[in-house]
Amino acid sequence: MSVLQLFKFKGGVKPATNKTQSVTQPITTAPMPSVLAVPLHQSVGGTPRPLVQAGDKVLKGQKIGEADGWVSAAVHAPTSGTVREVTLYPAAHPSGLSASSVIIEPDGEDRWIEHAPVDYKNLAPERIRTLLQEAGVVGMGGAVFPTHAKTQASRTVPMEEMIINGAECEPFITCDDLLMRERAEEVLRGAGIFRDLLMPTRVLIGIEDNKPEAAAAMRVALEKLGPDFAEFEVVAVPTLYPAGGAKQLIRVLTGKEVPNGTRSTDMGVQCFNVATVYSAWRALVHGEPLISRIVTVTGNVEEPRNYEVLIGAPMSEVLALGQPNADTDGILMGGPMMGFLVPDMSAPVVKATNCLIAHSPALFPPNEPEMPCIRCGSCAEVCPHELQPFELYWHARSKNFDKVKSFYINDCIECGCCSFVCPSHIPLVQYFRFAKSEIWAQNQDKRNADEAKSRFEFKQYREERDKQEKAEKLAKAAAVQAAKKAAEAAAASSGETTEATAIEADPKKAAIAAAMARAAAQRAPAIATPSATPLSE
Amino acid sequence: MTPMEFSTSPYLLKEVSVQRVMLQVLLALLPGIAAHVWFFGPALLVQLAITTSAALLAEAVMLKVRGRPLNMFLSDLSVVVTAWLIALTFPSIAPWWLTLIGTLFAVVVGKQLYGGLGQNPFNPAMVAFAVCIVSFPALMSQWPAEGQNLSAQVASIFGTAPKLDGLSSATPLDVLKTGLKLGGDEASVSSVMAAHANTFGLMGGHGLEWVAFAYLLGGLWLVREKIITWHIPTAFLAGISLLSTALWLFNSAAFANPLFHLFAGGTMLGAFFIATDPVTGATTPRGKLIFAGSVGVLVYLIRVFGGYPDGVAFAVLLMNICVPLIDLYTQPPVFGNKAKRKK
Repeated sequence: MSVLQLFKFKGGVKPATNKTQSVTQPITTAPMPSVLAVPLHQSVGGTPRPLVQAGDKVLKGQKIGEADGWVSAAVHAPTSGTVREVTLYPAAHPSGLSASSVIIEPDGEDRWIEHAPVDYKNLAPERIRTLLQEAGVVGMGGAVFPTHAKTQASRTVPMEEMIINGAECEPFITCDDLLMRERAEEVLRGAGIFRDLLMPTRVLIGIEDNKPEAAAAMRVALEKLGPDFAEFEVVAVPTLYPAGGAKQLIRVLTGKEVPNGTRSTDMGVQCFNVATVYSAWRALVHGEPLISRIVTVTGNVEEPRNYEVLIGAPMSEVLALGQPNADTDGILMGGPMMGFLVPDMSAPVVKATNCLIAHSPALFPPNEPEMPCIRCGSCAEVCPHELQPFELYWHARSKNFDKVKSFYINDCIECGCCSFVCPSHIPLVQYFRFAKSEIWAQNQDKRNADEAKSRFEFKQYREERDKQEKAEKLAKAAAVQAAKKAAEAAAASSGETTEATAIEADPKKAAIAAAMARAAAQRAPAIATPSATPLSE
Repeated sequence: MTPMEFSTSPYLLKEVSVQRVMLQVLLALLPGIAAHVWFFGPALLVQLAITTSAALLAEAVMLKVRGRPLNMFLSDLSVVVTAWLIALTFPSIAPWWLTLIGTLFAVVVGKQLYGGLGQNPFNPAMVAFAVCIVSFPALMSQWPAEGQNLSAQVASIFGTAPKLDGLSSATPLDVLKTGLKLGGDEASVSSVMAAHANTFGLMGGHGLEWVAFAYLLGGLWLVREKIITWHIPTAFLAGISLLSTALWLFNSAAFANPLFHLFAGGTMLGAFFIATDPVTGATTPRGKLIFAGSVGVLVYLIRVFGGYPDGVAFAVLLMNICVPLIDLYTQPPVFGNKAKRKK
């Protein structure tokens, strides 16, 4: 094993990891839930269009939502059964809003569609990307970005490193740990797919050093896979939250800092979560679209454990498997640092659901009252993006959003380190989310106003143009009429001279009409300039 | 679910609080207080009692007037830190009304009128010191003589006995300055020190140097506990050391050695406990270095060339004014943005 030089990212905190509770037992498949509610929108990007309607029979793995655009991924029926309806259903989102979902009543048979495994090595990269999109493979570390859209190297920068993220730095969560322990070979083979697409020089699998079992399992599997995986290396990284953030892990393993708004491939590096590459493997080689994932059920429960859960299973039913204690008063989805309290416990498990934590006041004591900021700077010391959270807080609080932007609010990843250490118990991240959404709303307002303005300008232009065209048409018609009359008159004059006066008058009229038409034509281009594509943004 | 409806991540929080931070600062002051009492008698304890109770009372009244929760803000102990710093920087045999005026001014004007905890631009304890030394320069310049008993000192504080000459003495910094001035061309640092052997010790002032040493220990503990960072004390001490070393090398007869300046007057207390006040100090790493380095330089300039016996209060207040500017121009680059600096 070569010795890789590790780098450090600034900041970070060390909350109690609380991981040991849920790793004592192997992953087990959760029982079939009573109902499945599969939200159509489960990835960053376009909302898939539903392909089924109420009453339809579906098979396990059947596509029920078609990807809408390049940045979007298909969704599938997690089991066989009947579509009860396609409707708004409580979403796994802190807002408590509903999302368009396909509600499926399982028939208990769990009948698969025809599997269509492929030999991906013989497929064109474009075809593999389409297959990944069709299989609904998205980033399962929580960001749910469609994976196929991350598999193109930069045109100018050679791919140096591919990072496989097995750091799993959030407290309580152990789904990636167990995945690596039990399915190491498939994870590595899945990473192999992306290695073949991106062709990096090295593949580094970063695992926090509090998961030695997972790292050992991965190393054993790597050895077994032999020379085809020669550029792979399993690297234990120091346990420091948020080492599992993509940018932090890239920094630790390669020393590269990917600035906000920059593609990591432009710096020759790309990062995938272990569960993502595993899903890609299942999708291509076994023809199984992404219809289930490993979920850690932990917190205030009797039996913390990892379950293989169908996407769409009600969270309350999944949490019940762990036998929550009587004082449980909510469900946290995700970890305690970045997760959120689910407003409606009937909300379904989605592709982003890595962990369900039974919440109780004893486990997570309610926040103490907020005190004034004393500018101690603890938040700045722990910020992994080296921001000045107390300055951001100061300006966010006074709604001075231009200042907030000048302190790089958009670089904030909302990891929660600042709130974690604040001696004044200020919910800093909450202020930053507020500021971000306000800035987003302001930008949206501006966009809307710009759009309205250009629409209005276009309307004005159109009306002017129509008027102009009408005048031109009239002038032209008049000219034609005059020419006609002149011709008639000329024909008549050869025989009769009695209408001489009329003939004299008509050429004059024709000349006037012609002059008007010329003038109109001169004016027209001046009006035609406002904008060629007035509605484009 | 109602109580948590608006609570958002993170749900795990470190067990820290303003109260705990302030408590640790108070603990770190204890060795210095003990040394002070050991050398200069128990008067300091009387002053601590006066300033602490007056500060708490003033804070409570102001909070009440401003309609703020009493319990939450009184128990944060920030006003106690201010009170203790006042007691430690004022002469411990100063009359009770002087420390009382200082304390009231610090809490009411220096802190609460600006908006209370976290809102004051100037270090409240230093505001008190500046106000009193400008208004009552003679009373603020005397220092207790060593080995006095409680009753004599209490009598001095409360004015119940006629003023005794043996009770007070000038500070070493004062003695040195006046000695050099009065001695004219013949006087040198060593001759003044030899003439007042009782006043000067091994490094700073006799007795005082050990109080300073105790502050240093307490301050180092604060650094270790991560209550303060190394930047401010280091830059403060470096500022004083550099300037005093340069001038001492230039003319050791007219300028005391750097060690004397490090252990005399309010250097250690200022470096670890006063300039490190987070509310009124610079916040960025580079900003802290600039801020505290300038304080150190100013302290030296004021105590050596200025009219006051020591310069910590004015140096800190002057630099407090510059903090917003320093912070603005020393914003560190953010992650992935090391090449570009904020303009």
